[in-house]
Amino acid sequence: MATKSFSIDEVKENFQEINIEEDERKGYSGLIVETDKLVDFANILKNKMGFDYLSSVTGVDYLPDNMMEVVYHAYKSTGGKPMEFKVQVPREKPVVPSLVSVYPGAGFQEREAWDLLGIKFDGHPNLKRILMWEGFAGHPLRKDWHEAYYEEDAKPYKSRWPNGRDVHLAEDRNPYKKNVVYPKDFDPDKWNPEGEDALYLGMKSLQKDDDLKTEQIIVNLGPQHPSTHGVFRMVVNLEGETVKKLEPVMGYLHRNHEKIGERNTYLMNIPYTDRLDYLSSMSNNFGYVLAVEKLMGEKAKPTERAEYIRVIMAEFTRISNHLFAIGTFLNDLGAYFTPMLYALEERELIMDIFEATAGSRIMCNYFRFGGVARDLPPGVYEKMRDLVFDRLPRKIDELDKYLTNNELVRVRSEGIGVLTPEEAIAFSAAGPVLRASGVPYDVRRAEPYGIYNRFDFKVVARNHGDVYDRYLVRLEEIRQSILIIQQALDQMPDGPIINGKPQYQVRVPAGEAYGRVEGPKGELGFYIVSNGKPNPWRYHVRAPSFINLTALSKMCEGDKVADTIIILGSIDIVLGETDR
Amino acid sequence: MYGKGIVKGLGITLKRLIETYIDDIKWGKKRYNTDEGIAHRMSKDARGIFTVQYPEEKIPVPEEFRFIPFLIYEVDENGEKIERCTSCGICAKVCPSQCIWIERTKDPKTGRPVPVPAEFYIDIDMCLNCGLCAEYCPFDAIKMDHDYELASYERTIYNKEKLLKPVSYYASIRPRNYEREEKARAKAAAIKNARKKQNIR
Repeated sequence: MATKSFSIDEVKENFQEINIEEDERKGYSGLIVETDKLVDFANILKNKMGFDYLSSVTGVDYLPDNMMEVVYHAYKSTGGKPMEFKVQVPREKPVVPSLVSVYPGAGFQEREAWDLLGIKFDGHPNLKRILMWEGFAGHPLRKDWHEAYYEEDAKPYKSRWPNGRDVHLAEDRNPYKKNVVYPKDFDPDKWNPEGEDALYLGMKSLQKDDDLKTEQIIVNLGPQHPSTHGVFRMVVNLEGETVKKLEPVMGYLHRNHEKIGERNTYLMNIPYTDRLDYLSSMSNNFGYVLAVEKLMGEKAKPTERAEYIRVIMAEFTRISNHLFAIGTFLNDLGAYFTPMLYALEERELIMDIFEATAGSRIMCNYFRFGGVARDLPPGVYEKMRDLVFDRLPRKIDELDKYLTNNELVRVRSEGIGVLTPEEAIAFSAAGPVLRASGVPYDVRRAEPYGIYNRFDFKVVARNHGDVYDRYLVRLEEIRQSILIIQQALDQMPDGPIINGKPQYQVRVPAGEAYGRVEGPKGELGFYIVSNGKPNPWRYHVRAPSFINLTALSKMCEGDKVADTIIILGSIDIVLGETDR
Repeated sequence: MYGKGIVKGLGITLKRLIETYIDDIKWGKKRYNTDEGIAHRMSKDARGIFTVQYPEEKIPVPEEFRFIPFLIYEVDENGEKIERCTSCGICAKVCPSQCIWIERTKDPKTGRPVPVPAEFYIDIDMCLNCGLCAEYCPFDAIKMDHDYELASYERTIYNKEKLLKPVSYYASIRPRNYEREEKARAKAAAIKNARKKQNIR
């Protein structure tokens, strides 16, 4: 259960003309705002009260109450507890004023809520589907929407036990060509993708520069350009070589992770979170487990040893993720694979540790509610010590010497893809992207979770906000992570690794919780609504790689087309998380 | 001087190249195709290139490594297979991808369930290898395997026959876990026996 961060009267003082109420449902917190006054409310919240960073926007479909709710989490960029506010609208006519004019970072998230839940945002400049395709029928996250291979509302399915004779392949339930539902009167052969036309028209409508006869052309980068880190597409309007406008197109890897999560029991979701950002599964586990533990309260408080193991694993993940990010970034620059493989060597050694402890190199599935899955096997502690006290510092210095002052790297990346601090906050950028723009915001410091307040480390920030600074922030963050692991290894006590007996059915009281961690890519948040049943009612992921892309267009405008590739590389996205 | 950074960087590449050969010469034939050599290449002191020449060389998997579940049977004095599984269904209930199907045996006369699975299927193409089934099995009957070379052209569903493996195999791939569990099982059996005796009295 979320703790209250301020008294209601204090808040009300700021909003004399706006009707706000406290959310009094059991296990809930935050404010319920009048729908019509939402924009005014947000303006005061941002400009008068200083909540300038809108972290998460999402919707919840309360089918039994015939109500849609939009939930916002805003923070101060100087740190502290969230201001959570909501608007409630009837399910038949879910229209909510858009907050893009106040918080531009809401842009993609509102589009996602429209796409998946069918909530209309009045005044949104570009309210199109974002993850699903334009010809898709319905809004899949609504509770009354069923997928083609629908079996039951919640796992475990009854057909599996005790009469599991009717064994079938998944595709038998979901035969090819019958697994798609089209909207009414829809003929796929005659369909003209309106969305595409609109996208191109939007690009063409730009003003032409008449001084010099330069032709404007629209170029599709991707899907699946080798440098785009996955199936990702950027539609670029070019004038000569200069980017006039850019729009990212995504969703090619969409699998409706959140719907799957709402069918799963709480425990089943842990291995699924591994598959979000598949380069940093331990951090994903951490965020999810934290959110559920908030709901479960004291009985799921992690043990002391588990807390240390969690921090060590999360920081190792950060190191391995940043190594990978630096490696692929250099690939994008054209340094074909040599730096990448140097970085991967160290990542390999970290993954050996994950494999020995969690059982898998990438899909770790290691965290449990109230602790971790198993203790460190013999020899792993020593291996960790060898790495962080000896090998990694040495190798990071070598990487630094190898790349940082290379003139080609600097020429290509300095002053490219600049994001000012104001823009970075406004676009809800997170992680290294935000910190490279000079905003020293790190959830580990801003709102410490786990036992991060026990460690001595610096929040790395730099001031230019360009691609080069993002590289430097990542490099320095590796060093800080090494420092944290060194301290954690020294302080780690013996003891049990899980609170109580491991249980496969956890009881989660009704309520809502927002758990967030500083993932390697930025603020990773999980918003969970429980109604007391074994499955979450709502499970939402605030995916940093998705929201960081909101700023991509801004970063690329005015730069050369070749630079869009490295700007994208510097954001460091993983499509498993972007598309979910 | 412009270009100094590039030259320095190239120096590091050169150093790495030379280190590979120094290591090769120092270790001689032992560096490749020996356990010792692979262990060295995976250690913190590894220098130069440290790729492993799969499939000629294979990295030994750690004990906790998990890949596809299997069922354990024990062999009694008469050489009969005794399955540990009681078809309680916890693995099927905890499985995130719902890839486990179990049919419980029924007594033909009374129609009441007997604690042995009549059939046990795992769709191994759907399995996430998360290991939750093995983690929460109260009878140590389902465990995760170490064999990861399962590529095939067809979709595969394993049945009980294919899934069953002897307990000696389990002891050989996970000796530490096996030892710990056997101790716990012996303790639990001792308590059970003591209770039985008390009841008889």
